[in-house]
Amino acid sequence: MTAPAAPPATTEPGQLTKETYRGRIHPDWCPGCGDFSVLAALQTALFELGLQPHQACVISGIGCSSNLPGYVNTYGMHTLHGRALAVATGVRLGNHELKVICAGGDGDGYGIGGNHFVHTMRRNVDLTYVVMDNQIYGLTTGQCSPTSVKGMKTKSTPYGSVENPINPIPMAIVGGATYVARAFSGKQKHMVEMFKGAIQHKGFALVDVFSPCVTYNKDNTYQWFNPRVKILEEQGHDPTDFHKAIERGYQWGEEIPIGLFWRRTDLESLEDLEPVLHTGEGPLAFRPLGISPEQAQRLIQELL
Amino acid sequence: MNKIDFAVGIGGENGQGIASTGNILALIFARRGLHLNAYNAYQSIIRGGHTFLTIRASDGPVRNMGDKIDVFIPLNQDTMDRHLHLLKSGACAIYDKEKVTPEKAADGVQLCPMPMKELTRGNKLAVNTAALGGTLQLLGIESEPLETVISRQFKKKGDAVVAENLAIARAGYDYAAQNFTAFSWKAPRGAKPLGIITGNQAIAMGGAAAGVKFYAAYPMSPSTGVLMWMAAHARELGIMVRQVEDEIGVMNMVIGAAHTGCRAMCATSGGGFALMSEAVGMAGMIETPIVCIDVQRAGPATGVPTKTEQGDLWQVLGAGQGDYPRIVVAPTNQLDLFHTVPELFNLCDKYQCPGLVLSDLLISEGTTSIDPDDLDFRVKIDRGELILPNGNGNGANPASGYNDNAYLRYKNTASGISPRAVPGVPGYIFTAATDEHDEDGTLISDEFTNPQKRRMMVEKRARKMQGAIKDIASPKLVGSEEADVTLVGWGSTAGVIREAVEKLAGEEGIVANQLAIKWIVPLHAAEISAILGRSKNVILVENNQSGQFARYLRSETGFDGHGHIRKYDGEPFMPHHIVEAVKTQLAGETRLSIPVHEVNA
Repeated sequence: MTAPAAPPATTEPGQLTKETYRGRIHPDWCPGCGDFSVLAALQTALFELGLQPHQACVISGIGCSSNLPGYVNTYGMHTLHGRALAVATGVRLGNHELKVICAGGDGDGYGIGGNHFVHTMRRNVDLTYVVMDNQIYGLTTGQCSPTSVKGMKTKSTPYGSVENPINPIPMAIVGGATYVARAFSGKQKHMVEMFKGAIQHKGFALVDVFSPCVTYNKDNTYQWFNPRVKILEEQGHDPTDFHKAIERGYQWGEEIPIGLFWRRTDLESLEDLEPVLHTGEGPLAFRPLGISPEQAQRLIQELL
Repeated sequence: MNKIDFAVGIGGENGQGIASTGNILALIFARRGLHLNAYNAYQSIIRGGHTFLTIRASDGPVRNMGDKIDVFIPLNQDTMDRHLHLLKSGACAIYDKEKVTPEKAADGVQLCPMPMKELTRGNKLAVNTAALGGTLQLLGIESEPLETVISRQFKKKGDAVVAENLAIARAGYDYAAQNFTAFSWKAPRGAKPLGIITGNQAIAMGGAAAGVKFYAAYPMSPSTGVLMWMAAHARELGIMVRQVEDEIGVMNMVIGAAHTGCRAMCATSGGGFALMSEAVGMAGMIETPIVCIDVQRAGPATGVPTKTEQGDLWQVLGAGQGDYPRIVVAPTNQLDLFHTVPELFNLCDKYQCPGLVLSDLLISEGTTSIDPDDLDFRVKIDRGELILPNGNGNGANPASGYNDNAYLRYKNTASGISPRAVPGVPGYIFTAATDEHDEDGTLISDEFTNPQKRRMMVEKRARKMQGAIKDIASPKLVGSEEADVTLVGWGSTAGVIREAVEKLAGEEGIVANQLAIKWIVPLHAAEISAILGRSKNVILVENNQSGQFARYLRSETGFDGHGHIRKYDGEPFMPHHIVEAVKTQLAGETRLSIPVHEVNA
């Protein structure tokens, strides 16, 4: 077997800059896409938290926004449509020392991936889930999504959608997420704070981001959001007040809140609750394989 | 030396404790050193229905449930009516004389009515225990082993329950001694005490031996036994076990864990595997090794959840869209399952691809005797070109470094194998993508969708199978090269075909040989063609309707079998089904035999 040549170290630890987190390739999103702002905010959050690139893994599903892992210089997985959270749970359990950040769109997370969304929340897996919510299917050129507002005309709803949209904020609060926030691509500094809080939070953190699709969503644009979004942190919202969190989560129309709706720190994460991870042997992935002769003997004894 | 070979059949409703009764008998036989095979024909209900458990034991090898019943224990009238007519001279039927009435039995069948109410002192749940006592007496086995196993089995329920069951077993034993005629032969003793194991236990233990650190599943018959074993042993063995919301989640989670460097495994049945299919393709595309076991049951859709079939071959061959390398293996029995899982993990780690095991209800839920010395947990472990941060992989020790642009996760090598680093290793950063990607992981759809790069990557992945086939054993012909007929099977039919070959020679004067196929993909097509090309008459035996393996063999080799024996009624082959079909086909009467399962409808 041939070993690969040792790679040259181009940056030493301690020399992290914002540039450290820039990926190999330039994003292929449309000019003006809200996802550029999400990418920049994520890179800034990683830098400000001082995370080493090899200690983080960014995991996405499929869609315009799910191209994000390739644009960030951390380990990455660009998985299947709707499956990022399931893959990410496996990654977290395989190596619970990695910081895991999932990224994707509203169709990916709340539509095809809805089942995993619900169950990853109730398990309180310690990861951050960034949903770039543009209320439209962009990569398939403009069809209705689970968060498209009722009445929205799209290529698949030419007479206007008759279905009610999912509201991810209350859904996440009652679903068991322990950090539930919303951001807006037009407010990048605020988004950085939401991301930093999410990444540092121990448990499942959702950040739903209004990330306008400038090509296919002509209703929910920057211009539409700008006057409406109001930052919860500037309004004295208490994120430990469950009923207020639900109430503000349902708010839609002339005023739409962004910020941290809900946070609780009294619940243990899935990883905390699994004794197998707390034997002092480090991540499962790096432990030696096989079982001891004593263990083997006990297993055989059960058959006799 | 003549081997003594006998079988006990216990039937009744689900909920009458047939499985635990069978377990007691199996333990008694195994501890006596007898080889055995136990098969439970049951239904997808928790109470009621008809369940029939066959335990066959011998001092010689036992490879299947056999053709006959020596001791028949019908716990209800329905069972009596369905099976009594199948008993042959010399057999005996033990039953509750107040509850069950025999119709006509064949000459020489000994009817053994027992006053169960009196023997059990009115404990309806203990009728089996009294019948067990009677059974052992007829088989010439002393009552002591029964007492030992009963004491162990009922220990959790307290001393009073143990004492009551011991008394009832003894009463049944004594009643039989006074009222019935024991068999002219005695149950023999084997060389050394054996244990008992199901195929699902063997799969799980094989996984533990291979170093599985992550197991996920969604409960689905007949694969759930693997989950139960894993869940029970998770903490002791340091295995992360998760029950997931659906099989889509299972496979994706397994891939996530495997991607970090864990050995990760899951088991399901055909319906669950259908849900996993897209993700199996992801494992192929991002080149993450995983092992998945499909414990086949009768399909399609919900099918017959508690019945056996070999109906998922084409599903597994075609799982997931597009072309990608995978390894598919169909182990032939329980011990083979134990050995195959670690071997498959080595192949999957080396070739960085999904490994799919085709088991079925017959061997996964079926019980067999096992020599403890055959369960060697010190298996060979080969992780291929894996780069772990602490050097536990076979690959290079990682150099420390940051923002590295030199590492090519999907490097185009001669073997198609690219050194695999995992998240957490400094200096090897990459993104694994299910989109087609370049050697460094970059999506080729992000730039000009380069036809040359696409072709290069498809061929790189495909090339891995050229190496894999050299690591996989070629099937061997068992029996005389000059045989009249060659019986070809795959997976779990190996045992029953082996016995049919012996019976054809011993009882019919027909010389047959056997080619049992275990490794399905990659297939040793040239070797198989050469063997079958020399055979006078090739008959393919399989547990499905359309001849899935026969069609696969034709597609890979151009070889068309001369005849076919197929069974798809939910029950496994018995040796005589194959023997009779071979006779009919050699007589030129047909080229397709569909044996009839004789139990009364």
